[in-house]
Amino acid sequence: MSAERRSADVIVIGGGIHGCSTALHCALRGLSVILIEKDHAGRHASGVNAGGVRQLARHVAEIPLSNTSMAIWHGIAELVDDDCGFTSDGQVLVAENEADLAGCRARVEDLNLRGFHHEEMIDARELREIVPAVSETCPGGVISRRDGAAIPLRATQAFKRKASEMGATIREGVKVTKVERDGANWRVVTDAGDFLSPRIVNAAGAWADRIAADLGEPVPLEVIAPMLMITAPMPAFIKPVVILRGRKLSFKQFGNGTVLIGGGYLGRAIRDENRTILDWGKLATNAKTVWDLFPIMRGAPILRAWAGIEARMPDDLPCFGPSAKHEGVYHQFGFSAHGFQLGPGAGAVMAEIIATGHSNVPIDGLDIARFTASAPH
Amino acid sequence: MKPLTEIGQLAEHYDLAVVGAGPAGLSAAARASELGLSVLLVDENPAPGGQIYRSITTTPVSDRAVLGQDYWRGLDIVARLKRSAAAYAARCTVWSIAPDVESDGSSFEIGLSLDGRARLITAGQVILATGAQERPFPIPGWTLPGVMTAGAAQIALKSSAIVPKGRTVIAGCGPLLYLLAGQLAAAGAEIVAVLDTTPRRNWPAALGALPDFLRSPYLAKGLRLMVKARRSLRFLGGVTSLTVEGSGQLSAIRFERGGASQSIACDTLLLHQGVIPSVNLSNAAGCAHDFDPVQHCWVPQIDDWLASSVPGIAIAGDGAGIGGAESAALRGEIAALDTARRLGRITIPERDDHAAPVRAALSRTLRGRRFLDLLYKPAAQFLAPIVDDTIICRCEEVTAGQVRDAAKRLGVTGPNQMKAFLRCGMGPCQGRLCGPTVVELIAETRGTTPAEVGYYRLRPPVKPVTLAELASLPQSEAAVKAVVR
Repeated sequence: MSAERRSADVIVIGGGIHGCSTALHCALRGLSVILIEKDHAGRHASGVNAGGVRQLARHVAEIPLSNTSMAIWHGIAELVDDDCGFTSDGQVLVAENEADLAGCRARVEDLNLRGFHHEEMIDARELREIVPAVSETCPGGVISRRDGAAIPLRATQAFKRKASEMGATIREGVKVTKVERDGANWRVVTDAGDFLSPRIVNAAGAWADRIAADLGEPVPLEVIAPMLMITAPMPAFIKPVVILRGRKLSFKQFGNGTVLIGGGYLGRAIRDENRTILDWGKLATNAKTVWDLFPIMRGAPILRAWAGIEARMPDDLPCFGPSAKHEGVYHQFGFSAHGFQLGPGAGAVMAEIIATGHSNVPIDGLDIARFTASAPH
Repeated sequence: MKPLTEIGQLAEHYDLAVVGAGPAGLSAAARASELGLSVLLVDENPAPGGQIYRSITTTPVSDRAVLGQDYWRGLDIVARLKRSAAAYAARCTVWSIAPDVESDGSSFEIGLSLDGRARLITAGQVILATGAQERPFPIPGWTLPGVMTAGAAQIALKSSAIVPKGRTVIAGCGPLLYLLAGQLAAAGAEIVAVLDTTPRRNWPAALGALPDFLRSPYLAKGLRLMVKARRSLRFLGGVTSLTVEGSGQLSAIRFERGGASQSIACDTLLLHQGVIPSVNLSNAAGCAHDFDPVQHCWVPQIDDWLASSVPGIAIAGDGAGIGGAESAALRGEIAALDTARRLGRITIPERDDHAAPVRAALSRTLRGRRFLDLLYKPAAQFLAPIVDDTIICRCEEVTAGQVRDAAKRLGVTGPNQMKAFLRCGMGPCQGRLCGPTVVELIAETRGTTPAEVGYYRLRPPVKPVTLAELASLPQSEAAVKAVVR
């Protein structure tokens, strides 16, 4: 591996978990790879997210990718030589009232009809068994038993290290300024010189719209800053990750007792400065939900709050797959604040598509063409 | 001065919020108030004074000779604030400072807590006067009961007239070490030895800065302290290694000196190797910092008027680089003058006129500082402990060996990535006790400099706030509407 390598079979733009996973799987298939990351691997959404490894409550269009990913997560150390802090204690969707519960039932029935069985209904009794601390008034919910959580930055860096060991060239601190055609190749212009490749993967996260625009495929990507907070260690009282159906909350206690509180409340992202501004008013609402649902948490000190910079598409689904316009261009971005679990599997599927031209894992509904079809080109 | 004792008494908005009621914050608040600004001075302690003048208005130590004449100067600084119209909230923590999104960045949103209740207010300008903290001094066994920092002993002395019990050893380096040894001895502590770790090889570098030092106010003061301490106490110089002995409790300090190993039985060990700017709040507020190779610590970027890289935030006192109490008060004045200018209350010529005598005094007080910085720069083995078992992050019990291993084997290049692997810096102290050491260890392992390695990106709340406090944060109607979307 040479730092001076300037061309390869594949160039991956973006060192989040998706870019690193695709780089690794391409390298495993014998392709030469250069990964270009403007900061360090996992600096943004992939490194600072809640770490949820969740199939629960996913859009059906993502479920096949999510299934592929979950199989990898359960043997993650075999792939990347690091367990990534992955634990599997399930994820539970809590219904706070009968209307919530009816919604849950309809969803699970729909999934079953489509042949997916990873989500199961649980009644009030089982809910209380699994989540004893939850408020008495909750009538039940849904569980996805193989779900869990991992340590995001550690996982992303493990994929990066393994990709590097497998021969991929990792260029961190290198910023892509332009992507353009150069004969049969793509020329990736950076602040550290040009790189050439017949195939490029746009895995640039919250910055991916700029790459897509260069390629004549503009997308309505919104840059968001989902906020999270974590408490001091509390006595162990909950194992699975808990999310709510009605209100916005995701809630997870780690082995060391600290409790991570999220829910998708947004701060303000300033992507050109790698900076976010927290919205304490919304975090207060987030805290109020926990206050209502988990009385044990009321006195917990909040140690840190933060936000990551992430891309969201209008339909909350990623752009995944070959370009609608160009040979040799592949998109893998816009995971809309739920892409961490998908990273390992999406990289495997993307590498398969790049190497063989197709994959048996369906990715219908994720095509970038859904945004660019009407674009003036 | 308007004392505020309940969070509800705070106004919605102030022209200026000053954080920290040490000499810099007291002077900044008083000066700004004298210039007609509405000022809020916030401090987490029960009484004004900061560290250097801690408990100046309340201390039970009545014999003025014990704490020394420099300490009692603090009374004048507090008296000036009391004559001003500034609002002063004691026991109040600031846990967040960020641009106020609703005012489009023209003011700051400040998150505060007082007596278990949190609140968000706004301020047009901010002066951070959060002062210094002791440089971490990780040696094998430093987490055992019986070992504490010299600064902690000084807090107990000033605020409660408590001196360490039994045989006490003081170890480390820096001018404050002599001051503390003298104060504790005068207060009746049984100091059996002072172990000086000042590296002898610092002298050649420091000599170049000696002429300025000889003309500085530090000289007479420093000599007085040193002579007094050396005359009355057992002083052992050239100490190159320190190890705490004892099982479950400190029983002795083992040290090396001139290649020979010795041990002194003791009940209390006080450690100190200088002070560094307390950068947690300025870092979390987004101010840029540089590594200062002379003071060997991270300092915020500031201009001649102490303005940080974030427009509207100035940093005064030791938090902007170590300069001592007298310079802190003067730097507070300078920051206040420019704040008044930015708010349009005084013109640039007025500001410059007011500042001229302050600047002259400031350059006198800072003269000779470089000599102290160079002479008392801690030895490498006390910045990055050699013994791998030494705990460096006390919150998460991470050792020096673990950090070296992660830097080497996993290729971890910076402290923010290190958090994901070892959790160092993720405990309640937010890296105050491990940050400098982690940076030092990564730099050593990777053969680079602390400046290259960088520092933790700190996250608010900079001081812990409880879930209940946050949940009951008073909300404006606009904020409630913004959430429902």
